[in-house]
Amino acid sequence: MTNKHTLSVLVENKPGVLARVSGLFSRRSFNIDSLAVGETENPDVSRITIVVDAESSPLEQVTKQLNKLVNVLKIVELDPAQSVQRELLLVKVRADRAQRSQVLETVELFRARVIDVAPDTLTIEATGNPDKLDALLRDLEPYGIKEMVQSGLVAIGRGSRSITTGPALRAA
Amino acid sequence: MTRPTPESLANRVTPATVAAAVNTVSTTVAPVATTGAGALVRSLEALGVEVAFGIPGGAILPAYDPLFDSKVRHILVRHEQGAGHAATGYAQATGKVGVCIATSGPGATNLVTPIADAYMDSVPIVAITGQVGRPYIGTDAFQEADIQGITLPITKHNFLVQNAEELPRILAEAFHLAATGRPGPVLVDIPKDVLQSQTTFQWPPALDLPGYRPTLHPHGKQIREAARLIAAAKRPVLYVGGGVHKAGATDGLRKLAELTGIPVVTTLMGIGAFPDSHPQHLGMPGMHGTVPAVYAMQKADLLVTLGARFDDRVTGKLDSFAPDAKIVHADIDPAEIGKNRHADVPIVGDARHVIDELIAAVSSTAGGAEQYGAWWSTLNDIRERYPLGYEEPTDGTLAPQYVIERLGEIVGPDAIYCAGVGQHQMWASQFIKYEKPGTWLNSGGAGTMGYAVPAAMGAKVAQPGTTVWAIDGDGCFQMTNQELATCALEGIPIKVAVINNGNLGMVRQWQTLFYDGRYSNTELGTHKHRIPDFVKLAEALGCVGLRCESKDDVDKVIKQAMEINDAPVVIDFTVGKDAMVWPMVAAGTSNDEIMFARDVRPTFDEDDL
Repeated sequence: MTNKHTLSVLVENKPGVLARVSGLFSRRSFNIDSLAVGETENPDVSRITIVVDAESSPLEQVTKQLNKLVNVLKIVELDPAQSVQRELLLVKVRADRAQRSQVLETVELFRARVIDVAPDTLTIEATGNPDKLDALLRDLEPYGIKEMVQSGLVAIGRGSRSITTGPALRAA
Repeated sequence: MTRPTPESLANRVTPATVAAAVNTVSTTVAPVATTGAGALVRSLEALGVEVAFGIPGGAILPAYDPLFDSKVRHILVRHEQGAGHAATGYAQATGKVGVCIATSGPGATNLVTPIADAYMDSVPIVAITGQVGRPYIGTDAFQEADIQGITLPITKHNFLVQNAEELPRILAEAFHLAATGRPGPVLVDIPKDVLQSQTTFQWPPALDLPGYRPTLHPHGKQIREAARLIAAAKRPVLYVGGGVHKAGATDGLRKLAELTGIPVVTTLMGIGAFPDSHPQHLGMPGMHGTVPAVYAMQKADLLVTLGARFDDRVTGKLDSFAPDAKIVHADIDPAEIGKNRHADVPIVGDARHVIDELIAAVSSTAGGAEQYGAWWSTLNDIRERYPLGYEEPTDGTLAPQYVIERLGEIVGPDAIYCAGVGQHQMWASQFIKYEKPGTWLNSGGAGTMGYAVPAAMGAKVAQPGTTVWAIDGDGCFQMTNQELATCALEGIPIKVAVINNGNLGMVRQWQTLFYDGRYSNTELGTHKHRIPDFVKLAEALGCVGLRCESKDDVDKVIKQAMEINDAPVVIDFTVGKDAMVWPMVAAGTSNDEIMFARDVRPTFDEDDL
């Protein structure tokens, strides 16, 4: 995890902004691990959460180049210790009558939820940090995973301070 | 012509600063009913646009109707690439925003090269393109191209206009973005039905750019730290780039240099920011830089970098570039600082403010050239031993360097020189002496062959009272010479010196040096077959065509061209094909490996230091 950095990027909620941000990453050969985007409390502003795989100096370049995009309003790096980070996982697991109770036990252990039931499968919803979801998947794997889909990571700082009022990440 | 001042580029977004950044015109227009096209043209007028270069076509056609009656002069070019480079030449010669117009699809994609060119050299231009009507977008309609998507990586910003009401605001924003901060190209794509729709025009609009806040004023602490390093340095160099031009900081630069006595090098984009004749000027650094400039940077213990960006053509192999130097790096774009080379003292700010504040900070400690006596005696020795020069060809052909040197001497430092890309560009940077800012225009970052003729056209439109010479190669010239027809018909009497060596000369030079002289596809036939015959071609395009083939005729032909002011002139200087550009640092090697001439490595006495 040492080279993974979580950036919260506030952008104007306008068409094409996501393309500008993601295009910048590929163009400058920066690696994105995960990307999630959605509206904020202010409908004119969207928040993009990007997990970047970078040494510290390229990360500074990433931040500076992002800051140059006209539609980017603010960039904050979220320290994992000072923030809550979550992904959403939906997974369809093979679970016939013989296995069902064991699968449900695992669901319970991870505080996940069953959201759809079929005669031979269960569809499970889980949220958590990437480590927890990895552990859940490892436990479900022996039953047979038929399909899964995962969201990008979203993150928010701990405490009462808001990113809209806190200091931005301003390099140099 | 007034350049925008840092104050006029201030980041507080008010309509007054928008007008100031563009043309010092501030207009107020009460609401009036018009079409989108009318709003476009009226916005251009309100922004103080005097000239636009372009070609009409289906999607942009509605805009050309109100343009017909406008006080904006539209210059009909022959290829959209010409419009783009002309806008660039116009901007580089004035500091104002250059404007080019094209239709959708191929018209817009023909602008891609000049937009990329302007992006690499941070030139303020606004490109206006027609787009298919909104209902057709995304349907692969006739002459549809996603020009916003295509130009995403090569514009400072771009817009797809969604309705006519937005037009004045978006145009004002486009001009503001192009001209302020680190300047650059901005594209505004306008669907045809938006141009045709009814709207209300009023001026000025309120800009809405909450995420755009360029930093103009440097941090005082960093300036003090830079001043401390300057005072402590034994072997400092002022490394000056194009940013100093753009900030209008050349007077300040001279003051700073003279106050401190520090040697100056100017990059390809920085040429003219400091007079070539000044005793503290060591010339251009980099791949074809002077030996003293390259040596000074390699041996420096401090590089004071002003509006330059440690480009690979300057640094050579990065690991061994200026190994002992501490770096002060001042740039208006924070992303340039530390991008290629770690900066010990990063300074974000407009070069004019940075230089003014540095002057104030060093004035108590600065001791003039005497402070660096040992450094200067070493540099002067290198300068004496390794001056710029060239050898006369042994085969009796005309030396291209001689032609360019004589051109500079006869025409003088008041003219604007505009080069293409290749050997002739390097010789023009080396053998013409530039004394003033804005007199050397070229395609530095992108290296766009074909830049010279249209950019010279734009520069001449911007500065009609100034002599403008395009110095072009026979390869470059064949890419964009059709704009000479535009020049002939629109009364734009530029002069073109074609340095015709019959080959793609710079590529041929690399083939000579690195590919065993296997000249794969570099012979153009302009010597062997005289195809095309540049004299006849010039005449066909409505210009005067002259030819010069011998040393004895050089002065006479240049003077003859200088006499003609009512038509564009083209001189075909038929020169030898074997001349090479020296000095040279081969691509990817260390600057320590600089070659003074073929097989001649300079010798440096390390005891001098």
